[in-house]
This record gives sequence, C-alpha cells and structure tokens, in this order.
Amino acid sequence: MSDAPDSLVTTAARLERRDVTAAAVVDGCLDRIERGRALNAFIDVFAREARAQAERVDREIEQGRYRGPLHGIPISLKDLIDVRGRATTAASRVRAGHVAKADARVVARLRRAGAIVIGKCNLHEFAFGTTSEDSAYGPVRHPHDPTRSAGGSSGGSAVSVATGMAFASIGTDTGGSIRIPAAVCGLVGLKPTDGEVPCDGIVPLSATLDHAGPIARSVDDAWLVHQVIAGRRLARDKPLHARTPSSLTLGVPRAYFFDRLAREVRDSVAEALDRLRASGVRIVDAELPHAPLIAPVYLHIVLSEAAEYHRRTLDARPGDYTPSVRLRLEMGRYVLAEDYVRALRGRDVLREDVKRMLLQFDALALPTLPLLAPPLGAATISLDGVDEPVRTVMLRLTQLFNLTGNPAVTIPCGSSSAGLPCGLQLVGRRGATPELLAVALACERQLASPP
Amino acid sequence: MTVEFWLEAAIADARARGLDDLPRLLETLAGATMALRQADWNRDATGDARASAVGSGVPPPDPA
Repeated sequence: MSDAPDSLVTTAARLERRDVTAAAVVDGCLDRIERGRALNAFIDVFAREARAQAERVDREIEQGRYRGPLHGIPISLKDLIDVRGRATTAASRVRAGHVAKADARVVARLRRAGAIVIGKCNLHEFAFGTTSEDSAYGPVRHPHDPTRSAGGSSGGSAVSVATGMAFASIGTDTGGSIRIPAAVCGLVGLKPTDGEVPCDGIVPLSATLDHAGPIARSVDDAWLVHQVIAGRRLARDKPLHARTPSSLTLGVPRAYFFDRLAREVRDSVAEALDRLRASGVRIVDAELPHAPLIAPVYLHIVLSEAAEYHRRTLDARPGDYTPSVRLRLEMGRYVLAEDYVRALRGRDVLREDVKRMLLQFDALALPTLPLLAPPLGAATISLDGVDEPVRTVMLRLTQLFNLTGNPAVTIPCGSSSAGLPCGLQLVGRRGATPELLAVALACERQLASPP
Repeated sequence: MTVEFWLEAAIADARARGLDDLPRLLETLAGATMALRQADWNRDATGDARASAVGSGVPPPDPA
C-alpha cells in the first residue's frame, strides 16, 4: 500500500478552503483500511460514526464554523485508550466484555478540536511487548514486508499512519512503544515530557513510565496533534519554527548507545549525522555515566508495576493472556520491594545524568533502535555476535527516556537496501517538548532534502 | 536476602505453580538485580557506600 494521502497539515488547509470534504477524506481512509485488512492494523473500525461525523464537519465548515487544523481529520487510537461506549480490548481476551464508560481525556480533547476518531488499532497485548505479535487479534504486519513486525507496542497505530488509514494516531510509550513502531515504519513518533499528556482513561502498563503521544507522517503533523492532546490552544499564528542548523549543537552518546547496532542502522545514522554536520549543526560526543544500569532499573520498575495491575486476573484467568505476556507479568511478582526502591533511586540518578548532559546541548541524537523491523516470530537476534532477546534489543535505546521523563522524538533517517526504514531519535530537556520539535523540524528538513 | 537465595526460592515457587518456562526469565532478572545492588547510588546503614554491595551475593567492585 503506497497511496498514502497528503499530510495532515496539507489536508487541514484543503478542508478549511473547502477544496475537499471531510466525507471524502474519511471515505479515503476507510477505503485504505479495507484494502489493508491483511496488515491487521485495526481491532475496531468506526465506519458509520466516522461518516456521520464527517457530514457534521462539512456542515460546520460550510457555515463558517471551522475549528482548526484537526477539524475533520481522521485519527486512529491505540486500543488501550477509552472511547465511550466501545470496548478497550488492550488486544487481550482478559478484556472481553469491557465497555468504556467515558472518553479518555486525550479523546475528549481530540473531539473538541473536531478530529474524527476512525477506529482503534491493534497492539502488543496490554502494551507489554515491542513487536505487536502477541495479540488476541493476531499479529500486526509491517507495511513494507508482511513477514516482519511493525514494531510495538503501538504497531497498529504506526501501520494505520504509514498506509494512510489515518492521518495520525495516538499511541502510548512505556519503554519506546510510540518511537519503536514509528521508526520501523518510517514515521515521526513523539513521546512527550512525562505528565504533559494525561493518561487517565488509558489502560496502564507502568504508571511511573507510561506516556501518551502522537505518531504522524511529519514533525509538523505530530506538533499539531501533540498540542491538542496536551491541552494547548492551537495558535494558528504561531506555527512551529525550525531551528537554524548553524544554531544547533547535538550531543551524541556513543558508549552503550552505539555499542551493538545492525550494520544498516549504523550506516544510516552515521550518514544522517554527517548530513546534519554538513548543514552546519555541531555534533559533539557525549557520555552517560550510568548507562549500563538503564535496563536493570527499567526492568524492576516496569515488572513490579505491571504485576500489581494484573494481580487479580493473573490468578483468576491466566489462560486468557498470551503465554509470553503472562510469563513476563508473572516475573514481576517476584521482584523484592527493596530492589524496586533501589530502581526508583536509580531513576532519579539517571534523570540527573541526562539533565546534566543536556546542559551542553540543544538535544541528544542517537539511533531509535539498534535493528531494523525484525521477522515475526523471531525470539532472539544476533548483533555483533551477541544473541539477545528481540524485546531487550528493541527497548535498549528508548527506555532511558521513559525513566527520566525527557521528551524524545523519532524521525526517519534512511532505509535499508530492502526498503526497511531506520529512525533517528532526538531527546530534549524535560518540559521543553516544543523546543525539541523545533530541533526535530530542522533535522527532518535536512534529512529529507536530496544529498 | 541474597540474590542467590531469592533466585532459588523464586524458581522453586514458579515450578510449584506449574510455570515451567519462568525460571529462565527469573535468572535474567537475577542478573539485573545483582547489577542494581552494586550500583554506586545504593546507601548503607554504616554510612559506607561500598559495603552495600555485600548483600548482593557478588563481591563489590575492585577499588583499583
């Protein structure tokens, strides 16, 4: 599927000028959803509701009541996010019979902005995985190669955006679950600053680490959606302005973050950094003192908090979980309280490390993940002669910023000879998501222009 | 509780509950717990930060 429509920004302008109707825009998305069924991106498609809402939008715009850039734009949701009157399946049989009583706050904000919720997307069960293959609804398939994973846990969300089934999607990210699928599908994925986007009405994985954010086809598109779900006023006279490349200094943490990368990832990121340097960006090596402890800290927090949420159903209905998700949840029941507290202390230490590092730079730049989209069913992957579980490898470069709360965004930075995309991750100061996106916009323009 | 003792008890419990695939994951977790217990941010009641590694079941890092 390669006939993705115009960007969100372009389509919004066409809707405002009435060059296109919301009904036509929605029909286009529904048509692409139908043709892309084999990718298994959606769990629930709201065709009737979306068409009815599109008719209302067209009437409102005709009457001069245009609400702003999301008015009439079809957006998908990871099926971890509540929509009033619909099931939130979390891609699990454990949620059978669930009906949400109210919209999640992010959904209410999207609706107020006039966005059209087109449906709910498939994911890794309860967001506890990085490949979107352990799902009660079957695996999500990569749009460029259906034998491969689309990443996860927000895999269906990424596929919906990459194929034009939606103009953007709302995902969640506890260790990389927005950035990972966005990177492997060639998209922009933003994990904002911790606490910036409300997570109420969203099924938790780990309350300390959970974030919600957009997956989109460009930084501009992600910025528009982010502003709405973060509850900011959409200031149309204040568009996102790209930083001038020569004003930028990017820190590149080499040790740990570049230690074991697939060759094509290493080459793509090196070429991207060379191009940014050639455009005037200063590229400086950086170091994170406690990098080897990132995974131990992350593991103890995410396992403990996930196990707490799932305690009752693990005992009462263990067979309703997919086997590997059940095992990881069970693992969390064995973490000792003293080690959980040690991990929370480690989180504070890592946060301070990253804060200190970012005093010298406008942003950090590093690969989003060490490998390209892995084959579905692969349990382990070998990088530089070391065999590791796929999940461990996929989380390695993203999970730190869930611990520290720094905003982090992935932008496309080339692809393999087989056409599998690669992502460059940019990380900003906590509370400075708009400033990070201004950096990302500058980088996106440099990397998108011909060499 | 040392990590070794914890791991032994956790594996016995997992097997008793019929979770035969869990022990290999618990071994991974044990490695992460050992690393966490050796971290330089750990505190110790004696006021000696290095002594905190004693309970990890692994020797503290060589000061050299």
